[in-house]
Amino acid sequence: MTVPAIELKGISKAFGPVQANKDISISVAPGTIHGIIGENGAGKSTLMSILYGFYKADKGEIWINGKKTDIPDSQAAIVAGIGMVFQHFKLVENFTVLENIVLGAEDGGLLAPSLAKARKELKELEEEYELFVDPDKRIDEIGVGMQQRVEILKALYRKAEILILDEPTGVLTPAEADQLFRILDRLRAEGKTIILITHKLREIMEATDTVSVMRRGQMTATVKTAETNPEELAELMVGRKVLLRVDKVPAKPGKPTLEIENLRVTDSAGVERVKGIDLTVRAGEIVGIAGVAGNGQSELLEVLGGMRPGSGVIKLNGTPLALSGPEADGQARRAQGIAHVPEDRQREGLIMDFHAWENVAFGYHRDLAYQRGIFMNNAALRADTERKIEKFDVRPPNGWLSAKNFSGGNQQKIVVAREIERNPDLLLVGQPTRGVDIGAIEFIHKQIVALRDQGKAILLVSVELEEIFSLSDRIAVMFDGHIMGERLPHETDEKELGLLMAGVAGEAA
Amino acid sequence: MDKMPKWADVILIPLISLILAAILSTLVILAIGENPVEAVNLMVTGALGSTYGWGYTLYYATNFMFTGLAVAVAFHARLFNIGGEGQAMLGGLGVAMVCLYVPWPHWSIALLAAMAAGMLFGAAWAAIPAYLQAKRGSHIVITTIMFNFIAAALLNYMLVNVMRPAGSQDPATARFAEAVHLPTLHEMLAPIGINFSKAAPANISLIIAVIACIVVWALIWRTRLGYEIRAYGHSETGAVYAGISPVRITIVAMLISGALAGLMAINNVMGEAERLVLNSTEGAGFIGIAVALMGRSHPFGVFLAAILFGFLYQGGAELALWTSIPRELIVVIQALVILFTGALDNMVRMPLEKLFLALRKEAN
Amino acid sequence: MELFLTIVQVLDSTIRLATPLLLACLAGLYSERAGIFDIGLEGKMLMAAFFSAAVAAVTGSVWLGLLAGIASSLVLSGLHGLASITFRGNQLISGVAINFLAAGLTVLVAQDWFQQGGRTPSLFGGGRFEPINFPFAEALSGVPIIGPIYAELLSGHSILVYVAFLMVPATWWVLFRTRFGLRLRAVGENPAAVDTAGVSVVGLRYAAVAICGVLCGIAGAYLATALQAGFVKDMTAGRGFIALAALIFAKWRPWHAMWACLLFGLLQAVALRFQNIDLGGIIIPVQVMDALPYILTVVILAGFVGKAVPPRAGGEPYVKER
Repeated sequence: MTVPAIELKGISKAFGPVQANKDISISVAPGTIHGIIGENGAGKSTLMSILYGFYKADKGEIWINGKKTDIPDSQAAIVAGIGMVFQHFKLVENFTVLENIVLGAEDGGLLAPSLAKARKELKELEEEYELFVDPDKRIDEIGVGMQQRVEILKALYRKAEILILDEPTGVLTPAEADQLFRILDRLRAEGKTIILITHKLREIMEATDTVSVMRRGQMTATVKTAETNPEELAELMVGRKVLLRVDKVPAKPGKPTLEIENLRVTDSAGVERVKGIDLTVRAGEIVGIAGVAGNGQSELLEVLGGMRPGSGVIKLNGTPLALSGPEADGQARRAQGIAHVPEDRQREGLIMDFHAWENVAFGYHRDLAYQRGIFMNNAALRADTERKIEKFDVRPPNGWLSAKNFSGGNQQKIVVAREIERNPDLLLVGQPTRGVDIGAIEFIHKQIVALRDQGKAILLVSVELEEIFSLSDRIAVMFDGHIMGERLPHETDEKELGLLMAGVAGEAA
Repeated sequence: MDKMPKWADVILIPLISLILAAILSTLVILAIGENPVEAVNLMVTGALGSTYGWGYTLYYATNFMFTGLAVAVAFHARLFNIGGEGQAMLGGLGVAMVCLYVPWPHWSIALLAAMAAGMLFGAAWAAIPAYLQAKRGSHIVITTIMFNFIAAALLNYMLVNVMRPAGSQDPATARFAEAVHLPTLHEMLAPIGINFSKAAPANISLIIAVIACIVVWALIWRTRLGYEIRAYGHSETGAVYAGISPVRITIVAMLISGALAGLMAINNVMGEAERLVLNSTEGAGFIGIAVALMGRSHPFGVFLAAILFGFLYQGGAELALWTSIPRELIVVIQALVILFTGALDNMVRMPLEKLFLALRKEAN
Repeated sequence: MELFLTIVQVLDSTIRLATPLLLACLAGLYSERAGIFDIGLEGKMLMAAFFSAAVAAVTGSVWLGLLAGIASSLVLSGLHGLASITFRGNQLISGVAINFLAAGLTVLVAQDWFQQGGRTPSLFGGGRFEPINFPFAEALSGVPIIGPIYAELLSGHSILVYVAFLMVPATWWVLFRTRFGLRLRAVGENPAAVDTAGVSVVGLRYAAVAICGVLCGIAGAYLATALQAGFVKDMTAGRGFIALAALIFAKWRPWHAMWACLLFGLLQAVALRFQNIDLGGIIIPVQVMDALPYILTVVILAGFVGKAVPPRAGGEPYVKER
């Protein structure tokens, strides 16, 4: 029996009243790829951040290579040979690649010799692991795939023997992800130990040697990857059998509700994010937009929802809509019959410090039903809230709680209730189940399908291919601001969509 | 779950911060060789021991209610308006113009016009920083500081070169006409048989200030505009999602804030000095920051904090009169209040949160 | 020749008046580059001005005065650090508090110590920084053009003036050529990157705030012991805010900061010398000159002269996610 590279014993960690990790123990053999899988919020990232010294555990021990090691900060983790690639990269955007790699690992007080040495070593590392980057480019000039390489190089430059990657493929195309996994294979071949955090079963099955499953802050199982299967893992993740498909009858699409022609959107930095797309959504159908995050889907939703201006033509039930100015803001869109479940409920869809009953009117607060003379009719708001809480089974059923005091799933139920109950002609839905527990996912999916069955048009954006497949009646794939092609869910598969998401046009596109 | 009960957040934390500020102030008084007990005695008698003292306390409190509300309204939109001082100066200019250049038949009409002018001038002075913040992203803290200095220079110019009566050396306007004299508390209370000090400057503006507190409360917590201001203050992206224009809210909130600061001039210029002098604001715009922080940006809190600061101001003046403690003691206390209730909020909050968490765990 | 001499004199006074601005501006540069906004420069200068003058008056040594000034400014820096780094409070509010604290405490202590209505006794002899005369300044002063420039403009300032101007290349070098500078700039842009690279965010930020305190201390000491002979109430007169304005004008870059401070110093020098300026019939009142630095800053902030983008993490306390 070899000495484990990493051994965590009884790690516990609480953030205020929230217990993020409960008595977690895990052992990772050297020279292996160890996966950690679990739902959003299961405590995976917290656990690894503790290992990297970013957070401090309340209880528990860390053993590295058979030696008990104290990791109070990241410096100690680096000394212990641990490197981490965070989900949100920790890079200084207006520094060069080289400066970012050197930062914190300089030799001596002067910069010039450190940079020269790093340049040389970087070249060797690049060749050894085929991790090519231009050392003199600034971080804000290179793409996310490249930025991830910089993060890996940062760890290798610090002589990391153990590498932690937190949801590394979230921002990558399937092809880029495959490339990343080849790099990881190579690192393993060199004897490095790798921990891969993900919530994607496919990645676990393809890349790892062993896998640990986390649920609600606890470690529920550790198994050899070769001896398990996705169904078993999924069950371990959520604690019961999962319904992977949503029950729904075939769509009966009617007249076009939303028609988009040559829509272009430029972001606040002046970069064109949507580059002339055409799309139609009919009454009674769900159109899903698949794509890797950051390829223009968010901006598409934002223009339709009145959050930013665009150019081109958008028609709702045949009537052209304004694309800029006061007739194109969120208020106008709601009046025109478009409801919007935004991608980020905490930053957009809700005011976290408002009571639930205040949030129930958010966006519709100018509705006459909520007014009484020059004042707002708070009694009407609260009555409305009680109805919605009951109908959408929001827990705890207390309208006086602030939005921040609800779980992710219940927050999302408040948003969905507010938007669906408006009975819109068109519902925009962005990442409806991000950070939402399985029970709430099922509920929310059912609500969306029910709205479709009432003959409403629904435009869904999700980075989760599984969600796209299970909800959509038609799938459009976006890449780099273009729609690469449209497919019917039963006529395509993940592989074909993956190619489209990577910008490789299919034959019919 | 919330980390601690609401009452702790609203009452306990400001109270502890205030006690800390008081302890440090005591130490300062001790350090300069004075007796704190005696000092407090002097302050209480001087500020609250007579209707004269009350008259001054309430006069100052009136100023601070206006400026405190001004800062509080901006805080709700997450804007830090340090320009209350300049906006109040400009308000004074507006009020002085109305009072000097129009022959008013009665003070009540003059008061309405002066209120309008003070609010207009104050709002106008806030409008440029507001516009620059909303449209060009210029940091409102810096621009409002700059506008304080520009206001001082402008007022200086107006008083020295334009509005000074011929032959006068004093950089001040002429005295306003008798017709625009505002009823003082003495004149208001005499008919109902209460004998209030004749020399004290508290006047009908106090009632306007209290009304302003109520109006601001209704505005922030009961109207659509208030809803939108608060929503924008909590989350700009959320506001955009809900179709609340950040540009509009920034400008409207700052206009209201500037108008409230400018409205102060009915008290200090029209009610008390009855002419416009240099430095008529006496730093009240800045005290508004302390008042708003201590009052947790709630109009009722602002009302209480303004009275507390009115007491400190009048008490401090008495202290300077009878002891060798200069009035600057009040500036120190003001700084400590801002420090503890504003910047060091977490120092008080974090241990309390831990305490409540531990208590709750025990209860479970 | 008359005109030339006037210009030299105005420029000479520009340098004197720009010095405290420059020191305070560089102080702010270190702090803000590390992500800590500081609108308390004014207060720190004022505090240092008082304590340097007070200690110099009591001991008769300007150097002890300088040390006392720096120490007092450092105490306020520590307070700002405590509020904005350790307790992650609002940096702007902390700055406001510090300004008031200094404005109040200086007068309070001055009254207690000296009983002269909030001022210190006038400084003389060893209690002041004397001008340093360059070699041959006297002899060369008769030489046309070069003479006055050498003798008046360059020579004859107090040592702190030369220190201030030497701080400009020094700051540039520290910021862009050393490990400390790299980390300092990084922590102002993305503290999480510094933290995960194994460097202490808190340590770096405290270091920056301390440097800021030292420079503000020198600036205040210069005001009270070199530019003037003693402390008077509110003697900084908004210089801390002009320095802040210069910092924005300079877009947080050392060399640009120097030019910005010289420009604002020139405005002050002109206002001081000419009162109302007659430009061929149009009279510019002195108040316009007083207000000009602030108006200029607003114009710059409005983005009419290029956009000033502050360090990205500026003003935000560093909180690990959650």
